[in-house]
Amino acid sequence: MNTFIKGLSAVALTLGLAAAATAPALAEGERFVLVSHAPDSDSWWNTIKNAINLAGEQMGVTVEYRNPPTGDLADMARIIEQAAASSPDGIISTIADFDALKGPLSDAVARGIPVITINSGTIAQSKEIGALLHVGQPEYDAGFGAGEKAKAAGVTSFVCVNHYITNPASVERCQGFADALGIELGSQMIDSGMDPSEVQSKVSAYLSANPDTNGILTLGPNSAHPTIAALDQTGKAGTIFFATFDLSSEISTAIKAGTINFAIDQQPFLQGYLPVVILTNLARYGVVPGNSINSGPGFITKDNIDLVEKFAGEYR
Amino acid sequence: MTQPHAATDERIAQRSRLRTMLMRPELGAMAGAILVFIYFAVVAGSTGMFAPDGIMNWGVVSAQFAIIAVGACLLMIAGEFDLSVGSMIGFAGIVIAVLSVHLGWPMWASIIAAFIVAMLIGAANGYLVIKTGLPSFIVTLASLYILRGLTIYISITTTRQTIIGGVREAAAGDWLAPLFGGKVLGFVFYWLADMGLIDTFKAGNRAGQPVVDGIPMLMVWALALIIFAHVLLTKTRFGNWIFAAGGDAQAARYVGVPVNRVKILMFIFSAFCATVFATAQVMEFGSAAADRGLLKEFEAIIAVVIGGALLTGGYGSVIGAALGALIFGVVQQGLFFAGVESSLFRVFLGVILLLAVVLNTYIRRLITGER
Repeated sequence: MNTFIKGLSAVALTLGLAAAATAPALAEGERFVLVSHAPDSDSWWNTIKNAINLAGEQMGVTVEYRNPPTGDLADMARIIEQAAASSPDGIISTIADFDALKGPLSDAVARGIPVITINSGTIAQSKEIGALLHVGQPEYDAGFGAGEKAKAAGVTSFVCVNHYITNPASVERCQGFADALGIELGSQMIDSGMDPSEVQSKVSAYLSANPDTNGILTLGPNSAHPTIAALDQTGKAGTIFFATFDLSSEISTAIKAGTINFAIDQQPFLQGYLPVVILTNLARYGVVPGNSINSGPGFITKDNIDLVEKFAGEYR
Repeated sequence: MTQPHAATDERIAQRSRLRTMLMRPELGAMAGAILVFIYFAVVAGSTGMFAPDGIMNWGVVSAQFAIIAVGACLLMIAGEFDLSVGSMIGFAGIVIAVLSVHLGWPMWASIIAAFIVAMLIGAANGYLVIKTGLPSFIVTLASLYILRGLTIYISITTTRQTIIGGVREAAAGDWLAPLFGGKVLGFVFYWLADMGLIDTFKAGNRAGQPVVDGIPMLMVWALALIIFAHVLLTKTRFGNWIFAAGGDAQAARYVGVPVNRVKILMFIFSAFCATVFATAQVMEFGSAAADRGLLKEFEAIIAVVIGGALLTGGYGSVIGAALGALIFGVVQQGLFFAGVESSLFRVFLGVILLLAVVLNTYIRRLITGER
């Protein structure tokens, strides 16, 4: 039995060490929780993480970032319930699936926790939940705006590379683009998945199967980077009208090179930064803006890329 | 330990009563569960983790793990794997939503149809494993992809969306839906709230209601499945067949155990558990999504292994798997309460789960005397 006791105490010691390491750093001031719908593999949310850290430092508050590891929105609902149970001073959340998240978010509001919604979802949904306001980019409108520019450039048939097809917002982006061009959205939307090499081969396959395609819309860095690679490899870079949502250092390089015509920037920095500032001021002085905030769309082209490039991947 | 006399047969050696009590597969999981609770009581005791709604939060997550862990447990004891559980969850949910919201079937018919389709797929998994002689790991890995692909295809072609909402409205007034999405014992919680023992909502349309207003049917299902599977495994002839099929299939066949039937039935049961999970989730959230249930098959397997089952089959316990699910749920949600840095969250989850399994294996060797 001696070995047994030894083993047990070793485990207890390890647990104790882990406990010491996981103990939350108690910061001064308020504690907010931001819940996103992004899976662990999503690089785009890094900008928002940096923005909440910056805002947290500037305002002297703690902001915790939480996400469902696989992007499963039912898991996200549980995380929101958990966040509410830990009684924070405010919750910042996306509305990736209104049906699944409506309950947990409105329960948080009913508990007296101020809620701000960001990124996915609409202003109407945000109001129905009882959130203070919504900070985001109307998806359909952004897709439509990009489609209008594409139409002016003479695009007649396009492909929409969708890397997160399980989120309705992604389909709205493609739908808006298609509607502005006056094309029925059917098989031009491809479910590319998240794996870069798979996205690249799917795009190459689509372009060789449909050689008359003269417009490409990608929905973010996860689908844009492999698409850039596919175009470079097939020698089509610069010959096809190419718009993308969101920004990264590779995307800005491609804009300068002329591979990408423009990027639709929803300025995620604002989606992370503003809610923290608003919630802090609400907690301290009881003031809150009277309306929702559109963080985008902004269009990034060759003309305005320089400042953007300086902070790409970090704050832009 | 009593001292056996020299030259006696060890099979008839006396065992102390304490040792007999300890000779259970779930002992390690019990020790792990107690340790985990002590750990979080220290680390996150003051964060609301053990307030009623905090308990409900990790309780529901644990119940979810338990539902699929029970199916995975019996199947693993029978010596097979099912990696298609996660895809099955997404698939069954979409089947219910498409039939009810899109095609306008009554909810009860949609639910029953989803169960029938899922169990047929489970049977097909089992049949393929038996007929081809391939490892179930490979066969169900194929079904993982086939089902996930079909799920996305069905939802996109019927509704052009991967999330189908409006299930709650379609389920209104249905007789079968509350069995999965309802809550029971609500009056107890209202009474507790009146006594001031549970917080109430302060604002909005639910002002004055308790923050926890009933036991979700999800938990009831989890308990019912645990009890059913435990009795089946430990008190019936069929339970012995499950152990035999996983321990040594050939030897079991020689003594007349219908190994093929046992294994196929266990695949069907695994699919059944996944569909229970899916139905409860769809009813609770009012929507089905094509990406629901990702990686859930591994979570189920982890819970079963924490519960002391062997990956090679023939050894394990349902109570252990249920405790494994509890440990997993408490650790996962508890780390959120403890305010762990999100990028390190998975590191701690992995470390604690590994510790639980190591402790468990250690205790098992200690009590069964295996080398």
